[in-house]
Amino acid sequence: MFKFSKSFMPAITLALLPFATTTPSIAADKYTGVGRAATPAEIQAWDIDVRPDFKGLPKGSGSVEQGQVIWENKCASCHGTFGESNTVFTPLVGGTTKDDVKTGNVANLKRADYPGRTTMMKVASLSTLWDYIHRAMPWNAPKTLSDDEVYAVVAYLLNLSEIVPDDFTLSDSNIREVQKLMPNRNGMSLKHAMWPGKSGLVTATPPDTKNTACMSNCKPAAKVSSTLPDYAKTSHGELAPQTRPFGQTRGQGAAAGSSAKPAHNPDYALAEKSGCLACHGINQKIVGPGFNEVADKYKGQDAAAKLATKVKNGGVGVWGSIPMPAQTDLKDSDAQTLVKWILSGAPTQ
Amino acid sequence: MAEHEELTPVETPEGLKQPGRIQKAPENFLTPTEIESVTQGRRNFLRGSLFAAVAAMTGRHAFAQGSDAVNAASGDPYILQPQTWATTLGKGVATAPYGLPSKYEADVIRRQSPGLTQTTQSSVSFSPLQSMFGIITASGLHFERHHQGWYDIDPTQHRLMVNGSSPEFVKKPKVYTMDDIMRMPFVSRIHFIECGANTGMEWGNVAVPTVQYTHGMLSCSEFTGVPLRLILEDCGANMSKKFVLAEGADGSAMTRTIPMEMVLNDEVLVAYGMNGEMMRPENGYPLRLVVPGVQGVSWVKWLRRIEVGDQPYGTKDEAVHYIDLMPDGQHRQYTSVQECKSVICTPSGGQKLLEKGYYTISGLAWSGRGKVRQVDVSTDGGINWKRAKLETPVQSKALTRFSLPWNWDGKAVILQSRAVDDTGYVQPTYGQLRAVRGTRSIYHNNAIQSWGVAENGDVSNVQVL
Ligand code: HEC
Ligand code: HEC
Repeated sequence: MFKFSKSFMPAITLALLPFATTTPSIAADKYTGVGRAATPAEIQAWDIDVRPDFKGLPKGSGSVEQGQVIWENKCASCHGTFGESNTVFTPLVGGTTKDDVKTGNVANLKRADYPGRTTMMKVASLSTLWDYIHRAMPWNAPKTLSDDEVYAVVAYLLNLSEIVPDDFTLSDSNIREVQKLMPNRNGMSLKHAMWPGKSGLVTATPPDTKNTACMSNCKPAAKVSSTLPDYAKTSHGELAPQTRPFGQTRGQGAAAGSSAKPAHNPDYALAEKSGCLACHGINQKIVGPGFNEVADKYKGQDAAAKLATKVKNGGVGVWGSIPMPAQTDLKDSDAQTLVKWILSGAPTQ
Repeated sequence: MAEHEELTPVETPEGLKQPGRIQKAPENFLTPTEIESVTQGRRNFLRGSLFAAVAAMTGRHAFAQGSDAVNAASGDPYILQPQTWATTLGKGVATAPYGLPSKYEADVIRRQSPGLTQTTQSSVSFSPLQSMFGIITASGLHFERHHQGWYDIDPTQHRLMVNGSSPEFVKKPKVYTMDDIMRMPFVSRIHFIECGANTGMEWGNVAVPTVQYTHGMLSCSEFTGVPLRLILEDCGANMSKKFVLAEGADGSAMTRTIPMEMVLNDEVLVAYGMNGEMMRPENGYPLRLVVPGVQGVSWVKWLRRIEVGDQPYGTKDEAVHYIDLMPDGQHRQYTSVQECKSVICTPSGGQKLLEKGYYTISGLAWSGRGKVRQVDVSTDGGINWKRAKLETPVQSKALTRFSLPWNWDGKAVILQSRAVDDTGYVQPTYGQLRAVRGTRSIYHNNAIQSWGVAENGDVSNVQVL
């Protein structure tokens, strides 16, 4: 019988080990030539996170007054002069009180009837605001604010929320004091079953619902508590094409036997592909006007060019206060085709 | 009567509900009054009225082609008449160098929920779950959620950096190119990804019509990538630190705190492959984090940096959003696991059953805690349940397809599915979930979904407590 020599044994064991587990356990230093050391300048450029204990916060300062100027130039177009706008995103400011500053719990969050939740109502730590504005705002030009500018707009938002006075200057040396005034600083609960680690971050509990897999006579009756409201039946465009026209079922409203029909009008297909039909019905208003209404309105006018530009750039005010977002990915020629098709009555077949 | 029952209309007529099927008299050819007459025993008028009924149904098509009862009796024209595709030469290879779905599938697409968001760049598009099979989401139908728009990043310019929140946590902070990452040992695994806000519009009441909008922030793919543990070890990271921060390269520079335990388990992947090809740009090309069982926002796209740390980061999307409001006004923070959930996709809201008879109920089940152990289906709104069949292999933190044979008797019914995972956790009812979490928490709605089937076959979204 062949005998392993003593020196041969460990070599075999080592060679086999990586195959024993699904993930190869190759020790560090083994990936020769893979990756390189990061330079200090590179780390400084990308390591921009600021934690709730303010680790990572750069030195700097900015006043409410400076913040207001930056706000009006770089933020107000989307968030409103007072951070109250709902047009592009939910309001940033509002819903907090002097009392909340004392308690650290925003009282309005308990009220089921309170409409909406602003950023200031929810955010518990000031680091979150600082870090986020620094990395991501202005939305269309992120990472363009200087550190001092970030301090200043944060100070302005705090002032709008009546947390700091008009003559306040926020800085790395007083930010921990201001943290103690955040209206919802005590508003986070870490008691739940939904953190995937055991790292002591949450006070882990068992899952908070306990259904059983009962198989028969589980309850006396099945009561329907809610049905689809009428307005919601058409709010997501025509349902018929949203189910495949053959197979077990059809989409509601589909013409029977529709699978035998020729494919859609190519312009209709383009409208669907371009996402127009999510907001426009052929014959009904959804978020924007029905295409029939658009055709009616511009009948006999030479509006095609103007409308194609509007489709590309977006716009508001002709049909109401809801804006049409810019369709930036839409080709000019497609915008023209679509508008021509709409003005011709938007035929689907 | 037999001769009438065998009769087949010649053309696939507009009124015919299921093309290619032989329609039986009297239910489908007769008016309700005539059906009533038949059930009363007055059958002698049928011969005459049947012709009229067929004529009305087939309309101009049948008669324009000059077809008549002789043709009608002989069978399906798609069988009897030679078709172009059977009698001419088809297209050559590589006509479509990158193959696309059939043109008849043009409506199987991602869709937005109008009015849900004010812009398309901070928004979501939903996967058409009603039209999908099996467990893998076709990459072009994978749901999208972006916070600041998406880019198709040049892979030769993409970098991944690893460092520590304190320098001593990572001995050798490193930078990797795609060349580097793709040289390292890899794994391929199938996992679901679900947005924490999936089904979020339905917390208080029914709000949206179809399964695409109720559950479509859900996809499942085979992901290929390097276990993050290997990369951290390569950098000499202190693996006893409890957290890592993942950061994206896009405008939002999305950041999320990930528990080190999941890294040590080799669950967390730095992935570049998806369903056999590179990740799609909308899904993070060329690099995204895969964090199985955890809500999609943690699967940071366009991944540019990993930081090893000793404290959680409280980033915007774990301190202002993706926090769950409870009835007492507190927000649960760092809720990340997607608990066990299921939904029937066929039949589902917005669809129509064309007639009574046999159907195969089909749906998806998943759990962020492990494998799906069983799925039960009810056709009476949760009073009685039947065990569904699970397609194998059933994999951990992956979608699982279930099905159940069903004969619809034409009566109004309520369909539900209920999943149980291998921890024994049973998917809750709306009543149970709301009793603890109220109706305002937006995230992590995993309640049992109900679809009402009306007598006319219309299926609609309903809620049962
Ligand atoms: C072009 C429009 C636009 C501009 C300009 C803009 N923002 Fe925003 N802002 C947004 C959008 C959209 C979001 C939501 C992003 C998301 O979904 O992650 C947002 C989110 C925020 C948030 C987080 C709110 C929350 O609850 O998540 C803060 C804080 C904020 N912006 C501050 C600013 C500041 C400060 C400026 C100016 C320096 C600014 N924004 C400029 C569009 C804009
Ligand atoms: C997110 C919703 C949304 C999408 C998507 C959308 N629209 Fe609109 N659209 C609107 C709204 C809202 C208006 C009304 C704007 C107004 O009042 O000025 C509108 C207006 C229009 C008008 C009439 C403009 C006028 O000044 O009378 C046309 C034409 C139009 N849309 C075409 C399109 C086309 C083509 C597409 C697809 C490429 C499209 N829309 C996509 C919401 C949308």
